Amino acid sequence: MSRGRMLAYPAIAWLLFFFLAPLVIVLFMSFLQRGTYGQIIYQFTVDNYIRFFEPLYLQILGDTLFMALLTTIICFLLGYPIAYQIARLQRNWQTLMLLLVMVPFWINFLIRSYAWVIILRSQGMVNTFLLDLGLIEQPLNLLYNFGAVLLGMVYGHLPFMILPIYVSLEQLDRRMIEAAYDLGATPIKTFFYVTLPQTLPGIIAGSILVFVSSLGMFVIPDIMGGAKSALIGNLIQNQFLSARDWPFGSALSIMLAILSLILIFLYYKALQAQQGKEDSR
Amino acid sequence: MKAMIELQNVEKEFNGQLVIPPFSLTINEGEFFTLLGPSGCGKTTLMRMIAGLEIPTRGEILLAGSPVSKLPPYKRDVNMVFQQYALFPHMNVEENICFGLKMKKVPLHEQQKRAEEVMALTELTEYRYRQPKELSGGQQQRVAIARAIVNNPKVLLLDEPLGALDYQLRKHLQLELKKLQKDLGLTFLYVTHDQEEAITMSDRIAVMNKGHLEQMGTAHEIYHEPKTRFVATFIGENNILCQGDYCYALRPEKVNLHDPAIALEKTSTYRLYAGVVENVVFQGTIDKVFVRLREKDFDLPVLMAYQYFDDKRRWRPGEEILVGWEGPDAVKVES
Repeated sequence: MSRGRMLAYPAIAWLLFFFLAPLVIVLFMSFLQRGTYGQIIYQFTVDNYIRFFEPLYLQILGDTLFMALLTTIICFLLGYPIAYQIARLQRNWQTLMLLLVMVPFWINFLIRSYAWVIILRSQGMVNTFLLDLGLIEQPLNLLYNFGAVLLGMVYGHLPFMILPIYVSLEQLDRRMIEAAYDLGATPIKTFFYVTLPQTLPGIIAGSILVFVSSLGMFVIPDIMGGAKSALIGNLIQNQFLSARDWPFGSALSIMLAILSLILIFLYYKALQAQQGKEDSR
Repeated sequence: MKAMIELQNVEKEFNGQLVIPPFSLTINEGEFFTLLGPSGCGKTTLMRMIAGLEIPTRGEILLAGSPVSKLPPYKRDVNMVFQQYALFPHMNVEENICFGLKMKKVPLHEQQKRAEEVMALTELTEYRYRQPKELSGGQQQRVAIARAIVNNPKVLLLDEPLGALDYQLRKHLQLELKKLQKDLGLTFLYVTHDQEEAITMSDRIAVMNKGHLEQMGTAHEIYHEPKTRFVATFIGENNILCQGDYCYALRPEKVNLHDPAIALEKTSTYRLYAGVVENVVFQGTIDKVFVRLREKDFDLPVLMAYQYFDDKRRWRPGEEILVGWEGPDAVKVES
């Protein structure tokens, strides 16, 4: 027993040092003040948190939540059918397709984002192609708008939705589907009454992964959204890098983390209630 | 008698490989019919084709006179009890039972009424709000049956429904199932590899091997008049005696064991052979006695016989013995 516990010490130390310590530092920092030249004044204040509730920042928060929600929904709508099709393939094809889903992770996300810029910019592949075909006379504004950011967000987060849903579909007992057919359920009804409820754990996991990482995303809005669309991730990044207001940046980070936790908790509760309702009916 | 299921030269290929050669079969209304065979003999495939879960490569399936082989499973008036029950884990007992009615848009009050009846019949009323994982194997099995019969199917298909249960419960449920079938007057098509189960429950049995039909008949016929060597050895225990091109199946319970020291009066049809006891295995109500025959022309070195304990005789290995049987008890079989 004691030996087993000792084996866990390195991992615990690792977590304490790299996970808990930075969190404590950020929390500590969020109650400090910023000096005139961006230095930190060690004096307690809650002003950073009060400032968070200014309309400007609430607006950004609202935009961020909206973007994250939309990203999650679109990822679900696209990811579920993809995961479903992969799960239906033969074993070796499944492996190949999953590999293809994961291949983008091997390339730096920043580079992939710039690749989208190359595709979408006014002299980019899409515009050049359409111009050459004579379908358009002026290059389309495909970049630096809401749609471009949404596209980038969905692109970047789709694998996080596909993989957990694939796993739950893979675990689904094939005979459940056959039993539903046998009891008179059409394929569509079978999907909604049997497949979907039983893959709910995968949907929950995928949604949380996509939603949370969308909330903190700053690379995509930065590169594909231009200056116009700032999400809370960009705001935090700016506080640390440009505005040099580390205490406010820390407060924003803490608020974002708390908000994520609350939302995940509510989401989980809502789904549990939903399931409970189905159970007692 | 009305035919409920007719298979007309049904064939099935998987990836170009023929697993069921042309197969024909008629199952009558209200019959308890069993497909019996070792695993991989095609009995489950045959049942799945009737349920619509597999499409026959060739041939036609008639259900109550109308062709169904092109219909998807959800349009066929048959229901199936799956091997591991395949209950829906996210629904409670009552929801599982109502699922079929709900899918067919049966009015809610009618659903309620029929579910109540079926739950009463299968003694599940007190478990109606339980989740499947909170039930024992036997209870889950009853839910699977209730979920199927609540739809009033023309035929109930049962795919080794007792396979996952322990021996005692299986024995009990065999009789329960048989009684349920009689009470409901429903046609049962039962698939099993357990010959004992088949004999206990069935009106008629089709013995299958490697995709084809070996023999079809009542349990009595299958047991006492096996047509092939496979049937003779698959159902119960048998000695196969071969002389030249002819083979005979002789049940061990038909073999009498005699002490060579005691004189015997023989009838003209009685066969008597000398041998030595090779082994004796205690089996509870019987001793299984293995006798090495002196005669070499049977192509069977060791004959098996049952010694019942009411005979009060325990044989020991190495003893001289005489084995005998009535000639007609050795049934001629195709090898």
